[in-house]
Amino acid sequence: MNPDLIVIGAGIVGAAAALAATQAGLETVIVESAVPGAGVTGAGMGHLVILDDALLALSARSLELWRALPDHAGSEYRNTGTIWVAETADDLAGLAQQSIHLEAQNVTSRLLDGASLQALEPDLARDLPGGLLVPDDAIVYAPKALAYLLEQARSAGARLLLGRRVTRLTGGGVRFADGTTLTGAVLVATGSQGSELLPELPIAPRKGHLVVTERASASIRHQLVEAGYLRTVHEPGQATVAMNVQPRPEGQLLVGSSRESGIQDPGVSPGIVARMLRRVFRFLPTLREHSAIRIWSGFRPATPDGLPYIGRIPGRGQVWAALGHEGLGITTATGTAELLVDLMLERRGRIDPAPFDPARRMLAP
Amino acid sequence: MKTIALTVDGVAVTVVEGASAAAAVAARTHVFHHSRTGHPRGPFCGMGQCFECRIRINGRLALACLERASSGMAITTGA
Amino acid sequence: MPEHFDILVLGAGPAGLAAARTAARSGLTVGLVDEQSAPGGQIGRRPIWLRPSRLRPSRAFRETIDALRSDSRITYFPGERVVACEKGPALVTETPHGCAMLTGGSLILATGARELVLPFPGWTLPGVMALGGLQVLAKGGWPVAGGGIVLAGSGPLLLASARTLRQAGAQIHAIVEQASRQAVLRFLAGLPAWPTKVLQTLAFAPGMLRMGYETDAFVVEALGQGVLEAVRIESRGRRRIVPCSYLGIGMGLIPNVEAARGLGCALEGNPHPAVAVNAFQETSQRGIYAAGEITGIGGAELARLEGAIAGYAAAGNLTRARALSARRAHWMRFGAHLMRQFALRDSIRQLAEPMTIICRCEDVTLGAIDQVSDAGTLKLLTRLGMGACQGRMCQPALAELRPRYRPGATSGIPRPPLFPARLETLAGLAPGEPL
Repeated sequence: MNPDLIVIGAGIVGAAAALAATQAGLETVIVESAVPGAGVTGAGMGHLVILDDALLALSARSLELWRALPDHAGSEYRNTGTIWVAETADDLAGLAQQSIHLEAQNVTSRLLDGASLQALEPDLARDLPGGLLVPDDAIVYAPKALAYLLEQARSAGARLLLGRRVTRLTGGGVRFADGTTLTGAVLVATGSQGSELLPELPIAPRKGHLVVTERASASIRHQLVEAGYLRTVHEPGQATVAMNVQPRPEGQLLVGSSRESGIQDPGVSPGIVARMLRRVFRFLPTLREHSAIRIWSGFRPATPDGLPYIGRIPGRGQVWAALGHEGLGITTATGTAELLVDLMLERRGRIDPAPFDPARRMLAP
Repeated sequence: MKTIALTVDGVAVTVVEGASAAAAVAARTHVFHHSRTGHPRGPFCGMGQCFECRIRINGRLALACLERASSGMAITTGA
Repeated sequence: MPEHFDILVLGAGPAGLAAARTAARSGLTVGLVDEQSAPGGQIGRRPIWLRPSRLRPSRAFRETIDALRSDSRITYFPGERVVACEKGPALVTETPHGCAMLTGGSLILATGARELVLPFPGWTLPGVMALGGLQVLAKGGWPVAGGGIVLAGSGPLLLASARTLRQAGAQIHAIVEQASRQAVLRFLAGLPAWPTKVLQTLAFAPGMLRMGYETDAFVVEALGQGVLEAVRIESRGRRRIVPCSYLGIGMGLIPNVEAARGLGCALEGNPHPAVAVNAFQETSQRGIYAAGEITGIGGAELARLEGAIAGYAAAGNLTRARALSARRAHWMRFGAHLMRQFALRDSIRQLAEPMTIICRCEDVTLGAIDQVSDAGTLKLLTRLGMGACQGRMCQPALAELRPRYRPGATSGIPRPPLFPARLETLAGLAPGEPL
């Protein structure tokens, strides 16, 4: 029996899309070559964050959808909020602007002066001029959320094909490594490997590192991100670092972040980890004595303009993409799923699809 | 044999010179910490591998089985 | 600035000490790093109730310790834990108060073994300890004199621990060996091929009978409110309760291969892999050698020989290395004899119940593990092995209890650090050093 939709990739984006499609009445099959969450989903932090850039509307809508999921999709959701931490007076002025942009999307935020910042997060360095608290941001444990989304999709009727590798798109469906085929509309949601099936869509894996600490007595309550973080996201440079620290519900800390382009080696690079940690100590000097249990790296799927590809691929019939979410795939999985299904069913949705149209960036065949 | 005086959770303890920090804690309690879901735990592997003997020595995280007790140490359990 | 040596040796147990000695004797400078505060490894260390002058260790061991003191080519770094190994090779070490980097022309890994304990109900109670671990803690002054002790598990370490604990003043209530009486007799019958082992066994024999050594028996449950109070022993189908304050339990040894794996050295063997080496103890990585228990469990004599070979080979002294190969083969046969006769009975793998904790760091139960159908997502969904011990305790146990979760299929790239390390160490900073 041929499905209406074949979702390739059981990461968080593919799973959310499969669930939304199934709930919308589409006969859906999810295909995964490895194990669910083996790619970007399992490597990330799980920070649900509204970014003040071209993804503002999508991320704000996505957070609404996350909150609407029963038990937040079993994701161990915690409403920690985010504090964007300024290092300089210029940073603080930028955060004031960010606050206005958030307000326009009905997202609450509160500017903090140095003293209020200290009061909320006493571990922060005392010379920091202030910050911006976004109280509705949250953290999740993405592997659990993924397991929930897949289970919901399955009980709604979707089929999950594990250990099956799609080698190419046939025009009307997919061909597997064993030579068999499946016919139906196709959604490519294979994260940083998206270009393998859709070479016309440029995606550059962007390596990142995370450190997890031992459970300890740190008093950090909010996800803390330095104000300059977005600059490192949008900077095309070779290697950038920015303080981004998350308190896990178990008392451990996730410590990031780094971005490196043009690197394929998945091993941990001690040099960039050292740079990253030094940057973190600038904001959180007491973390120097905390112990790291594990360091790992992952690859964010980055597009040239920093925006994901969400929509139909021109010239390929019923082939769709949900790719290139960089570091924001977990946050925007829910909004991406809603947007896609609206587009597939030709419904007018709440998010403007134009900025994400894959046609904008297609390479000549 | 020479002895060493130190404190475990603020209580004075005396051990033989050369004794491990674990032995010093054991003079007071066998429960070194509680696990993530609240079960009492004490040293298990004795060789620095299992991390069940985690303590704080003068505020610093340490493995009690790998370090020697020394005079004046302030050990706290529950790390 | 990193300190540089011709040869770096990681581990100051029998293998590491022998390696340091032969490399130095070949004229090279040696940096010997060990996390313990004194040399000798886990089993060979001196109990604090013995003064150094009363110590009567084997001649080889004494000579090695002497070499450590007198040979100016050996620099010994006790109390330094290696938290990162890099190709080069380089070692990043941490002490309670600082960190350092050592570089070397080549590296000899002698990281030894740890004990295998298969989970059973009650095994996380304070007072339940690994067999050799209890011995080590007692040697370090842990007060064992008060309460009764039960020792359980498999192999000659039961007897060695019993002797140490008796010397420390403990009351041994039972020594239970899981192997069958026939297997133990077969082990003894094979011993004359290694005469020193016969002598050792004779030294243990009178005590072991007095202390109630029994075969075909194992502990099925540890009992107690908050701390250990008693154990339930099963022996030839019958169960009984024995009160005790301590249970030392060990089902054998497994190689500490984490550093070797992190350096990309090939491993071999199942379910507990060892480092693969050639005739000169060289691993699949050029210039990186491995010696002692990490290449396969075989005891101190084999470890010393392998260490000596590695030290000579790393120094380019291949003739001397080759001269030791026949003796190495002889002691390898001893290791094989030991492993064969003390193989674990399958019922020991069936003791854990759904509520039994497998991962002590994250309190993951066997029931939670069995709910995960897919080995690939086990760690992500249960957090098994994600705590401070980095899976050192639970993963070998799970490989025995649930072979389908054995690493290999599921383990990807090793995730540093080797042991939990201070963030400032990983940032390349000394404590207190300004940014």
